[in-house]
Amino acid sequence: MYDAGKIIVGIVVFVVLATSPLWFNALTEATPEAPKLTLPTNGSTECVEATGYMRASHMDLLNQWREQVVRTGQRDYVSSSSGKVFDMSLSRTCMDCHSNKADFCDACHTYMAVSPYCWDCHVEPKGAN
Amino acid sequence: MDGNRRDFLKLAGLTALGATGASSINATTAAASTVESQAEASTGGVRLGMVIDLRKFSKNDALIERCIEACHAAHNVPDFGDDAKNEVKWIWSEDFETAFHSQEFHYIREDLKGKPTLLLCNHCNNPPCTRVCPTQATWKREADGIVMMDWHRCIGCRYCVVACPYGSRSFNWKDPRPAIDEITPDYPTRMRGVVEKCTFCEERISRGLEPACVEACSNDEIVFGNLNDPDSKVRQLLAERMAIRRKSGLGTQPEVYYIIDDPRTLQETAPAAVVEVAEGGDHA
Repeated sequence: MYDAGKIIVGIVVFVVLATSPLWFNALTEATPEAPKLTLPTNGSTECVEATGYMRASHMDLLNQWREQVVRTGQRDYVSSSSGKVFDMSLSRTCMDCHSNKADFCDACHTYMAVSPYCWDCHVEPKGAN
Repeated sequence: MDGNRRDFLKLAGLTALGATGASSINATTAAASTVESQAEASTGGVRLGMVIDLRKFSKNDALIERCIEACHAAHNVPDFGDDAKNEVKWIWSEDFETAFHSQEFHYIREDLKGKPTLLLCNHCNNPPCTRVCPTQATWKREADGIVMMDWHRCIGCRYCVVACPYGSRSFNWKDPRPAIDEITPDYPTRMRGVVEKCTFCEERISRGLEPACVEACSNDEIVFGNLNDPDSKVRQLLAERMAIRRKSGLGTQPEVYYIIDDPRTLQETAPAAVVEVAEGGDHA
């Protein structure tokens, strides 16, 4: 093998550089802060579904609502957890409680680096920024 | 052995006969039920339509502007001013001869000449726009005949704009939000690259309200209702008055009717000028 020393050194340097973010994080313990959500301030304590389900699958629920309202014209949603009936509306029902998009929606979405396009058309409540 | 074969053939023949007989019976019942369901569709069910009483709109009435304003404010329709290329409209006004140009009125009645006429999506019973949509972003609702739009699905190909013979569809060439004076938060805006049009105020109807343009009127200038119900106000008007539709010769079956009787006959037929105003959760 020609230039074995240079090649091996090169490989070692490459591996160290490529994994440097991992080393850096391991050494500096830079764990990002978990997002803090502002809970509803209007006194309501339960969501349309259980918190765990909403946390994991609210996007599926919203897609389902969208299909129901726009394509079949049905607007009533019966909660499977509480049995209560809700109006399937992002701006009327969801944003009625979670009235601050920046402190609720955006908090997680920014953390997760997702950018849903809901707000390209739907209007966030006034008072929020 | 011979006997066995004969028995087998008899059995096979009978089976074949039975099978064909059964399937033909099925076919007959299927055909009958199709005819039945078609008859049902034409007599029962809801077919929403609108009657615009031109006799009650005078030439200089601000009512037309009020109707347009009410609709466009409720639905966040952008106003690009004189920029005709970017114009977005759900409901608008043309003079009578332009609105009904295919009728060729040569010696037109004086009161109809140049009369501002309110135009909107006709919610055709046989809509050409829905047939060309590649994503089914627009379709005719089976439940009430509204030609609906799903702006989530629209990819902005504009086939429907070309297909509509009434100019009822507008395309958002620009981001509409800066051109909206005051955004109504309960209703979405559209985004750039999406087609939009009147939805017969589907969102208001589902909450028990009348369409915004109907609500802006005070004297039944526009009447909205179920065309399949012979007792409905729209059908009663159509049974009594002379009404025309735009470009009915195209076979699109538009469901917006225009009463063009002589206004001099109005006095004797006008009902007491009181209109029920729908109550309920108005858009805040």
